[in-house]
Amino acid sequence: MKYDVVVIGAGPAGMSAAIRLRKNGSSVAVIDEQPAPGGQIWRGVERNSGPVAEALGTDYRKGDALVQAFRACGADYMPETQVWQIEEGWNLFLTSGGNARRIGARVVLLANGAQERPVPFPGWTLPGVMTVGAAQILLKSGGMLPQGDVWIAGAGPLPLLYATQLLGLKGRIAGFLDTSRKPGLAALTKLTGAWRDIPGLLKGARWLRDLRKSGKMVRGFHDLRAGGDGRLQYLEWQSAGERRKVKADILLVHEGVVPRIHETMALGCAHEWNELQNYFTPQLDGWGESSKAGLFVAGDAGGIGGWLAATLSGEIAGLGIAKHLDASFDAEGERHKAGLDKRLASARVLRPFLDALYPPPTASIADEVIVCRCEEVTAAQIRSVAKVSAPDPNAVKAATRCGMGPCQGRQCGYSVQALVAEAHGIPPRDVSFFNIRPPLKPVTLGEIAALGDLEDVL
Amino acid sequence: MIVRVNGVEIGAWNGETVASVLLRAPGAGRGSTVSRTPRLPYCQMGVCFECLVTVDGNASMQGCLVPVAPGMRIESQHGPREISK
Repeated sequence: MKYDVVVIGAGPAGMSAAIRLRKNGSSVAVIDEQPAPGGQIWRGVERNSGPVAEALGTDYRKGDALVQAFRACGADYMPETQVWQIEEGWNLFLTSGGNARRIGARVVLLANGAQERPVPFPGWTLPGVMTVGAAQILLKSGGMLPQGDVWIAGAGPLPLLYATQLLGLKGRIAGFLDTSRKPGLAALTKLTGAWRDIPGLLKGARWLRDLRKSGKMVRGFHDLRAGGDGRLQYLEWQSAGERRKVKADILLVHEGVVPRIHETMALGCAHEWNELQNYFTPQLDGWGESSKAGLFVAGDAGGIGGWLAATLSGEIAGLGIAKHLDASFDAEGERHKAGLDKRLASARVLRPFLDALYPPPTASIADEVIVCRCEEVTAAQIRSVAKVSAPDPNAVKAATRCGMGPCQGRQCGYSVQALVAEAHGIPPRDVSFFNIRPPLKPVTLGEIAALGDLEDVL
Repeated sequence: MIVRVNGVEIGAWNGETVASVLLRAPGAGRGSTVSRTPRLPYCQMGVCFECLVTVDGNASMQGCLVPVAPGMRIESQHGPREISK
């Protein structure tokens, strides 16, 4: 089966692009890991109603209209499907329900979003510790609330939003460990643009106020440790020269989000380093096309911008792809007519402020901390290899198996990069990422062997 | 609906995933690959692989990407998958 366009990801960007391309009559397939469309932001939006939908807020409920339009747009939607290899030209290898297959495309659009930035600390592998994003997903996909002594540790809009949602559903928080730094001059200089988005700023202020009212807010601490016998039982931190220890059943952590780059890295696309947020983004032109002709990226996968910017960049990529497929298509005219650039600039107006307000953590990782969760490699092991090898994460990988487990470096990639940079006394931007190789997701030999039309591919 | 986790019946909601059930079922965590220390789902969005679990006899499934179904058999996985599964 060959499509004009294969879109990976059915979140805000992927759905918007698919709808746009279907209007132009292109044949479109949309592949997504989740059982229902909406991405992480609008997870379960078709099913949630009543108090849960109410607590999730107006931005969440806005997803319903886009999901409905997507369902009706006529794209071949493939839920619960993973892409494990993309070949230029373009061939995509998929697996769903234990069966692998191949589809072809003239153009590929990556709209696979972001993941939370993994920040290793002592005890982060204990059962009971998970991310704020994970807790919010549990809320969206079953109305599940954390029980017992629930602590949140982190910084950024998501922990504030989740805490507000949780409290709105009569959930309880034992305390909030705020890891953000005092807003410095760097953030304030970005306000010139941000002040235009008064509702956005007020929303943030309201979340913070609700949170302060409801529970314990801990600031100005360091050396957070999670401990317990077989599962999380307590938290410890250092504050004002004192060691504090509290009982904890659940710890939710969050230190911002980073784009998913495994696909563009595996394909050898050119990438740029985001100096404010310490992550790589694929280099894209004004339509979202990467350094590989026919490979487009939209939404958070091309740089964190949030759901509204993602829908708009999805539409822009849709127009760019339509032009790629048919040179006579007036993409510029459509782009101008829909006011996409103006709307995108307005959707992104708070971002420079947020990026400066919540810089990524730079604290050095303690030696005993497991950095690679899959292969259980500690910071000390990584440091000892990094010191005696070239400043290259792949040297660490070869010597320690760090990044070779099932997550393929999705959890440890940036930490290894930072540790290598630290060992060599150079900035992280001068250290490359792991070499990413197929399969992008674990696949069994049985699935590969069962590929029906292998000759056709070769 | 009812699913079985390590042989014990537990209630599950339509729309939730295997990984969210693992958080409620006592002792349902997996054993890590190297040291066999207990782990539970961490990210719920397909990137951490801490929810690897055996579902209806198929090992190393990402629990957070598998919606629950009535009668589903969920078993904790200790260490890497066996070749035969």
